[in-house]
Amino acid sequence: MKGRPHLVAALPALACLVALPFVFPQGFALSLMCQMGIATIFALSYNMLLGQTGLLSFGHAVYFGLGAFCAMHVLRWAGGSGGGGAWVVIALPLVGGLGGLIAGIVLGAITTRRAGTIFAMISLGVGEMVASVAPMFPALFGGEAGLNANRVFGAPLFGITFGPQRQVYYLIVAWALLAAWGMHALTRTPLGRMANAARDNPERAQFVGYHPQMVRFLMLALSGFFAGIAGGLSAINYEIVTGESLGAHTSALVLLMAFIGGIGQFYGPIIGAVLVTFLQTALSQYTHAWLFYFGLFFLFMVLEAPGGIASLVQLHREPWRQGLLRWVWPQYALAALPVALTLAGLIGVVELVYRVAGGVEAGETSWKLFGNAIDATRWQPWALALLLFAGGGAWLRRAWSGVAWQWKMVLLATARGKDR
Amino acid sequence: MEFFLVSLLNGVSYGLLLFMLSSGLTLIFSMMGVLNFAHASFYMLGAYFAYQISTAVGFWPALVLAPLLVGVVGGAIERYGLRRVHRYGHVPELLFTFGLAYLIEEVVHLIWGRIAVDYRIPEALDFGAFQVFDSLYPAYRVFMMAVSIAMLGALYWTLTRTRIGLIIRAALTHADMVQALGHNVPRVFMLVFGGGCALAALAGVIGGNAFVTEPAMAAAVGSIVFVVIVVGGLGSLAGAFIASLAIGVIQTFAVALDWSLLDTFREVGWTGEAARAIGTIKLSQFAPVLPYILMVLILIFRPRGLLGRRDT
Repeated sequence: MKGRPHLVAALPALACLVALPFVFPQGFALSLMCQMGIATIFALSYNMLLGQTGLLSFGHAVYFGLGAFCAMHVLRWAGGSGGGGAWVVIALPLVGGLGGLIAGIVLGAITTRRAGTIFAMISLGVGEMVASVAPMFPALFGGEAGLNANRVFGAPLFGITFGPQRQVYYLIVAWALLAAWGMHALTRTPLGRMANAARDNPERAQFVGYHPQMVRFLMLALSGFFAGIAGGLSAINYEIVTGESLGAHTSALVLLMAFIGGIGQFYGPIIGAVLVTFLQTALSQYTHAWLFYFGLFFLFMVLEAPGGIASLVQLHREPWRQGLLRWVWPQYALAALPVALTLAGLIGVVELVYRVAGGVEAGETSWKLFGNAIDATRWQPWALALLLFAGGGAWLRRAWSGVAWQWKMVLLATARGKDR
Repeated sequence: MEFFLVSLLNGVSYGLLLFMLSSGLTLIFSMMGVLNFAHASFYMLGAYFAYQISTAVGFWPALVLAPLLVGVVGGAIERYGLRRVHRYGHVPELLFTFGLAYLIEEVVHLIWGRIAVDYRIPEALDFGAFQVFDSLYPAYRVFMMAVSIAMLGALYWTLTRTRIGLIIRAALTHADMVQALGHNVPRVFMLVFGGGCALAALAGVIGGNAFVTEPAMAAAVGSIVFVVIVVGGLGSLAGAFIASLAIGVIQTFAVALDWSLLDTFREVGWTGEAARAIGTIKLSQFAPVLPYILMVLILIFRPRGLLGRRDT
């Protein structure tokens, strides 16, 4: 049976997901994991467009946001009438999904007329349109403050009220697994295959007798459905939905997640969603410049690893199976120090610029690092940071050529091993 | 009548500003097939550079220096960034410019802060130029129009009357042939990209103080510029010109009009709750959406845009 190995691998993973709230019972960790679950569905739904259909969308938040608003309205309505209780909450993501689906059908009919660059532009315009229409209807979108509701109402279901965050976590995990399964199954349907065809060669797809525009439209509508599920879950998780969830910022974030994770593999966006959500929370606690580092990281990925993290994983896979990776480890170890030095220098420069420039209020030009006070108005920290950056960079260039050379050897040997 | 004239003039000056942005974008697009998402970010950089330079040496040097600087930055980005991603295909290219837009916004946040900077109209131009019925029309608006039109003329002249313009126009359609004839096409690309960025920056220099210089200005204008080139027809300079003016005028009029549907609804006798929900929106509130609605209508009824040649 072909499906068995996946099943065997899936069981421990499932056990991990179930056990996680007991390993990290802190409220902070729990809400972070909830966020990751929602982001995972959202990023996977985005990759249905970018990775599978080749549609680069800059307005995917529309489906997420509209789904969230739909779910929020139902939640408010159900909470007001007091009926249903936990059942409503369990089914709520489906409402969000339907909202996203309808939005996908309506907007997709316009946007999917074109593919490629023009689709990207139009998706941006349509996204902006929805985001700027939303504040005009306070009754529907709650204006500036957004809409909020209480997810706990009615009679508990077997003791489940969805009051505690842990119960919400399990709901999110369940929906995330269901949605991920659905999206993965979709890649194996004729529609999923035709989406790949319409991505790679629309003309050829047309010759086979399919209508690429129709394929794009269906994929967009379905992707809207899954994005809506994520939106519905976010409505439950945060108990508030604001106009921001429709906006360009959310669209940009999901693009970053999917791309950094890797759009070429199904599991790529999952890595991206987890990593980006984590970085977002972790980095923003340490530095105000985290968005800058984030942008830099993204550009670096575009330039150096356009396949995302998943492609790097994929690259290491075959050599690892043949036991050839031991050739590369020493080179990696040699490159680790210059990488660390360059990064330290870069971070130093950025933080110093940030301190002396208008980014911070006056008087905050010094801060503490490892117990030492650093004063950005003096020249010493600048010299040190620049030296680290330049010196580390030069060293890294040399170290990296060693890595590249070793990789060439490994790839050659791997190809030979495969033939055998 | 006075309102009409003033709004028309404001609309035209805004439209010309939009054209300065969209002309560069559309040239870059038709030449390299790259849709530069960071184009409006160069507009923003222009405004900020001009602010920084004008605090040191005044507005007039800034008017020349800021676009040149941004042009150099743009050229360098094309040479060392865009050219490298080019081999991966169109989607990574788009993503690169998208990431760039993101990064430039963060750089602006880091260096100049999150709130608007005090970039002002120079005193020499801060007077009323002429009388429109009862009110004075500001001279700076006239200056804006003059700069835009001069730039437009210079662009037209460069493209049609000079040797480099000839090469650029040839490289638009037959890049390989131009290369085979011994011209350095990658350098022409770099020049066009840098030039487009410089144009955007010039728009930023003269627009930043007329409107507001803040980190959100790139995002605010960016999507409008895309609408302009979609409506005008991709790759068509004349189409971009018409669409820029149209959107500039439409938006200016809509912002200025304090008119709502409610009165109309009341006249036809529809006073239900839905009518109140839709009707209380004033046209001025509706202004930001109008360009997008125009774009959607164009996409439905004339997908190649006003003057676009092919239906890609």
